[in-house]
Amino acid sequence: MKAEQNTSMDILLKGIWKENPVFVQVLGMCPVLAVTNSVINSIVMGFATTFVLVMSSFFVSLFRKLIPRQVRIASYIMIIATFVTVAEYIIQAISLEVHKSLGAFISLIVVNCIILGRAEAFASKYPVKEAVMDALGMGAGFTLAVLSLGVVRELLGNGTLAGVSIMGPSFEPWSIMILPGGAFFVLGAWLLFFNWLRERAKRQQERVMV
Amino acid sequence: MTGESLSFIFINAALINNFVLSSFLGICPFLGVSGKLKTAGPMGAAVTFVMFISSIFAYAIHQILLIIEAPYLQLISYIVVIASAVQLVEMFIKKFSPVLYRALGIYLPLITTNCAILGMALFQTNRGYDFIQSLIFSLGAGAGFSLALIIMAGIREALDLADIPGLVKGTALTLMIAGILSMAFMGFAGLGG
Repeated sequence: MKAEQNTSMDILLKGIWKENPVFVQVLGMCPVLAVTNSVINSIVMGFATTFVLVMSSFFVSLFRKLIPRQVRIASYIMIIATFVTVAEYIIQAISLEVHKSLGAFISLIVVNCIILGRAEAFASKYPVKEAVMDALGMGAGFTLAVLSLGVVRELLGNGTLAGVSIMGPSFEPWSIMILPGGAFFVLGAWLLFFNWLRERAKRQQERVMV
Repeated sequence: MTGESLSFIFINAALINNFVLSSFLGICPFLGVSGKLKTAGPMGAAVTFVMFISSIFAYAIHQILLIIEAPYLQLISYIVVIASAVQLVEMFIKKFSPVLYRALGIYLPLITTNCAILGMALFQTNRGYDFIQSLIFSLGAGAGFSLALIIMAGIREALDLADIPGLVKGTALTLMIAGILSMAFMGFAGLGG
């Protein structure tokens, strides 16, 4: 029992850190760049994607023996599109304002490569429990990634966090940060940082070996 | 928004609000296929063609969904149309140029999950473009995508010869270049208005 818990915990954690979908696998870049100009948008996007990821992984895994291999991609996309529509209507019902500022990008969760990628690479091969854990981990990893971009961009571009002023009135906002160019720069900088961390860990390991 | 002139729609989609560099649509193939100029051109053409076909069908589907009052089917029906259009292009390229077919490889079927195409179909519906405007919009979006892809491929080919620190190589560098390109494209704001 203990061992089993460990493995499902491992599956969960691997999505957050070791195989983070954004920083390590570089998947699902479009929403990461597009909606991270404020913290609120990032959180909503992260949760919506996690919701779709978990629900579609659950159903893909449940039906994995029923779906013929030839039409699997089409079936997966159908399942995903259904839950994206659900997520879109939920967001619209809760906050019209957020729905408006995210715009077409909620619908575009359908073509987020992370979701189809997990359905194909993981959920279609494993039982329901593992698939859901994997989806939760990946969703959390994705949410963390969009949040880390959103925090930097809103703080530097607007001087606020989730609408609350942090930097004080004398702060001159770096408006490039909330413009498209800033998204590329911040994501590039994060990727650099993670590359550096991994390189350092590798070097330390080598030193220990020697 | 329906009063926009055709030339403005085209320039707006291709340059001012470039799909890749300012709306962040189609980033995956933009990062994946932009390594070589030779594949960037055909990839841009294939995406433009799929956009054009999908635009026609998306317009028709939108009209039908309006009549039967089922807007919640929009997303599902669009994605099916795009998947079929990609299949069509794939068969076409396989028949007429097997070399190109092999060069594009996995990225050809992946056009289905290219957000630029679905995004284009959703934008044209949201902005209420009529039939001709939709067609021009899809062509402009395709041109913008191809342009960004080709510029990036040109820069990356030149960078192959440069001496770059190992840490920066790869996606991080591509993103930085994309950021600078995106700032450059901001200069088009106000054009054609």
